[in-house]
Amino acid sequence: MPLLQIKHLTHFFGGLRAVYDYNLDLEKGEIVGLIGPNGAGKTTVFNLVTGAYKPSEGEVRLNGDNLVGLQPHQITTKGIARTFQTIRLWNELTVLDNIRIAHASRIKYSLPDSILHGQRYQKEEKDIKEQALKLLAVFGLEGNARELAKNLPYGAQRRIEIARALATEPQILLLDEPAAGMNPGEIGELMALIRQIREEFDLTIWLIEHQMRVIMNICERIKVVDFGETIAEGTPTEIQNNPRVVEAYLGEEAF
Amino acid sequence: MKTMKKLFQPLILALLFVVFVGGSWLHIFNDYWQLVLLFMGINIILTVSLNLINGYMGEFSCGHAGFMAVGAYVSSVLTVWLFADDKIFGPAVLPASWSILLFPVILIIGAIAASLVGLLIAVPSFKTRGDYLAIITLAVNYIVKSAIENMEVIGGPRGFVGMKRVMNGMAGVFNAPWLLIWTFIGMLVTIFIIRNFVSSTLGKGVEAIREDEIAAELMSVNTKRVKMIAFMLSCGLAGLAGGLFAHGPGGYINPGTFTILKSTEVMVMVYLGGMGSTSGSIISAIGFTLLLEVLRPLGVFKWVLIPLLLVVMMIFRPSGIMGGKELGDIFPKLRKIFGSEEESYALASN
Repeated sequence: MPLLQIKHLTHFFGGLRAVYDYNLDLEKGEIVGLIGPNGAGKTTVFNLVTGAYKPSEGEVRLNGDNLVGLQPHQITTKGIARTFQTIRLWNELTVLDNIRIAHASRIKYSLPDSILHGQRYQKEEKDIKEQALKLLAVFGLEGNARELAKNLPYGAQRRIEIARALATEPQILLLDEPAAGMNPGEIGELMALIRQIREEFDLTIWLIEHQMRVIMNICERIKVVDFGETIAEGTPTEIQNNPRVVEAYLGEEAF
Repeated sequence: MKTMKKLFQPLILALLFVVFVGGSWLHIFNDYWQLVLLFMGINIILTVSLNLINGYMGEFSCGHAGFMAVGAYVSSVLTVWLFADDKIFGPAVLPASWSILLFPVILIIGAIAASLVGLLIAVPSFKTRGDYLAIITLAVNYIVKSAIENMEVIGGPRGFVGMKRVMNGMAGVFNAPWLLIWTFIGMLVTIFIIRNFVSSTLGKGVEAIREDEIAAELMSVNTKRVKMIAFMLSCGLAGLAGGLFAHGPGGYINPGTFTILKSTEVMVMVYLGGMGSTSGSIISAIGFTLLLEVLRPLGVFKWVLIPLLLVVMMIFRPSGIMGGKELGDIFPKLRKIFGSEEESYALASN
């Protein structure tokens, strides 16, 4: 059974068909890319899978459990975490708090305990803090733990977002344009980082990206969408030579 | 040294308790100053609790007086029914000596009632936020006020009396400034609850909602639960403040007290102190209460000067007195003394 199974996923915004009959089987440990021109419906697919939007039709299954209709936080708790196209950190909070809060689903102490700060609370909070600092160390950010998220440079904020997603202990990590706004040097580091966290956290990664260098280098499989429909699927080389992909990106005249 | 640190905070609080309550007991503070102290305590409870919604959660609740009214009426109806001879509720049900023990329980019942009414804004908050939620809170304030005005049993628009007999009964059993004692304890409990809650990972979810609600939900924070907790805590504590207020020396409450004007007063204290700063709320509640008294000789002109002060404040320091920081961030030495286990890291901000 595939780890993530998406069948006939369809979504309408009013009369606009944003995603139509989207299918995907994601196997454990893969890195799969999702590309397509602007407005093709890539981010909408992510929003449907993570529960931010409710699909008009279709089903999403993680390890066989249907996810459609669950609240976003329930889906995240089940094991799908994501980053955002534009950085959405909690700016006025510290880097450490940004990571701590993402542990929310694993809090076992009760509400009274969160006020009385009993023994159980102390132990759990200590564990959360330690885990958060450990995670920050993986991203080389442990020195910034006490700074406000908004005060860090752009590249670091991108890494915090990935760290925050990992704090929810996902099985699948959805990256929405992780390389957006990065310079070539930073993109190289990002690719190494994505490979590293896949090994270290035993992840399956599904990413949207416009930087072809990233897509072609790290993805094992690529799906191309345009106007909400899947137009091509295959390995990076196959995709590069697919006439429909070239047409979608460059227009019909290119032939 | 460590035990010193541990003992210092309770010692300071005990000292404050002895000075204020003892001073009132021995009439070192006259009735007027006792009243000011009472209002100060009540204002601190109101401000610190509203700060959870308006400051930490970043919502705009402008109906805090409504929840105060619920707590005030529920607790005073209970005390009058149980401990005083009343025209409508009949003779006292329980002997006056019980009132000393049951008074805090009744205050808590009033607080719970107010927190349940708080669901009236917690549930709509799942769907809307910002201006629209503000309008809902305003509406709830009016609903509570009109509901009370139309209940003849509790006096309707004329108000509700009889709490004085209850307090006199308490003083008759054992003469102590009971109300001040419970206000002081209620104030400490409020500060304790809010401060501890917002420092926990669960409570940090409140701030995540302020910063980016969608990101919070997608990062596994159960935003509905967190919002419900925040609204119920905040409204419940407003109810506690209402219960204390109702048993004040006036011995009289009427729905006209709990209007949007009262809510505005609390909001002013929150914004003056700085949103999301508990110490700021405390400082501004104390300062504002004193300011009202100092400016009393000005009569009506007081209400010209205070808004003017606000305007100046908003121009020159829009973030409030503390601007989101805690006292411990500005004076790290204080943190050593008061030793909050969870240091707040706002220092690094500029």
